[in-house]
Amino acid sequence: MNRVVITGIGIYSTIGTNLDKVRESLFNGQSGIGFEQLRKDFGFRSALTGVIEKPQLKGILDRRTRIMLPEQGEYAYLASAEALKMAGMDEGFLDKNEVGILYGNDSSSAPVIESNDIVREKRDTQLLGSGYIFQSMNSTVTMNLATIFKLKGVNFTISAACASGSHSIGIGYVLIKQGLQNAIICGGAQELNFQSMASFDGLGAFSIRESDPTKASRPFDRSRDGLVPSGGAATVILESYESAMKRGATILAEVIGYGFSSNAAQISQPTVEGPARSIMMAMRDAGLQAKDLDYINAHATSTPIGDAHEAKAIYSVIGDLNVPVSSTKSMTGHECWMAGASEVVYGMLMMQNDFIAPNINFENPDEDSAKLFIADKRLEKNIDVFLSNSFGFGGTNSTLIIKKFKK
Amino acid sequence: MAETSTLNNELIITKINTIFVEEFEVDESVISPEKNLKETLDLDSLDYVDLVVLVDENFGFKPKAEDFTTIITIQDFYNFVITRAGV
Repeated sequence: MNRVVITGIGIYSTIGTNLDKVRESLFNGQSGIGFEQLRKDFGFRSALTGVIEKPQLKGILDRRTRIMLPEQGEYAYLASAEALKMAGMDEGFLDKNEVGILYGNDSSSAPVIESNDIVREKRDTQLLGSGYIFQSMNSTVTMNLATIFKLKGVNFTISAACASGSHSIGIGYVLIKQGLQNAIICGGAQELNFQSMASFDGLGAFSIRESDPTKASRPFDRSRDGLVPSGGAATVILESYESAMKRGATILAEVIGYGFSSNAAQISQPTVEGPARSIMMAMRDAGLQAKDLDYINAHATSTPIGDAHEAKAIYSVIGDLNVPVSSTKSMTGHECWMAGASEVVYGMLMMQNDFIAPNINFENPDEDSAKLFIADKRLEKNIDVFLSNSFGFGGTNSTLIIKKFKK
Repeated sequence: MAETSTLNNELIITKINTIFVEEFEVDESVISPEKNLKETLDLDSLDYVDLVVLVDENFGFKPKAEDFTTIITIQDFYNFVITRAGV
């Protein structure tokens, strides 16, 4: 079995459009949440959303490439370019090696809606142009990035709701561990347009604390009232230890555990048992005990039931060990398909810089979060091992364990 | 009448050249009537799909795929649009 290491990371998010800016936001507990009037105009229950800078790719990518890319594809391109650069994988390397891509993405709503609006008006599909089909498919990110970077290895999208990004890293880890690939671009991307969130808003799962957007996402806090939708993209370059050593790459960390499970329950209601099994499986895979964990990056999205159940699941594994826990969604909002990948990047930035980012807006615990050590303020701490949870609709659960690299 | 027609034709050509520059991102200096349309704009099959949409949006008619079989040079394309846009 191969050891699986991380040789590059990249991020384009609501709390920063590159690694430096994101590290600073995490350190300072900076929120990326805002109020979008357009959502109110369209009858949304909540106009709260992550706010992201629109990328300018003219002059960076040619016209043909830009036409094919939906919003989340643009974020994924920039995050991946940053990660590949860090990994030292240039065009020549990608040409000579079978580098793959596994990216989490579970919707591409805006192009679907926009193209249907055009057809409804013009009654002629030939007036849609060439881009919409490539923007509309769930595999839009992997099909576009595999083309842009001219990749020769594994190439498919992982759609697993809000655990998509985490599973992409998990499956990448399995393929490399098994010796089927030497290097894979893994990650997750999430569109941020209002169209993609209308039906989710309709479920009443979003926070309506509109008077104070930066306080709205408050995972584990007693007064939490729902999640705040957000997005962007994050990339993690996985590579076999042998490959990284052979080419003299800087190894940032090692993936040592992947766990997964399905809840066998209702489609939208989380459970305690499913996530707990996912966490336990990752711990067994890593050969660790709870006392070995230095930090847990929780899935906690700020919904009343979800956070409570995750707190119970975590407590069932770590008991009274007081492992610091925080949900970076308190700052970013819920990055959905991207979250599992971005939260590995956030954890990596904390690991590299010896701090635990705060779970902002955690003011009062409820009976479940009171049993955990929720880091309500930034902690200065050496992290050797962290665990990251991601759970999604349909009861899909994913847990990753990352360790600081040691030969 | 002939002067008006010439003026209209010049406006159409200017508009086409603007589309070439802005939408297909070719340098204006490489656009020349006798040059091959496909090669100058580096058109692939998907680009022709976009060209149809652009003609429809800018000149109010939709070219058919077979129309492009006889359009070889940029001048052919000018003539095609001038003829059809004037109908």
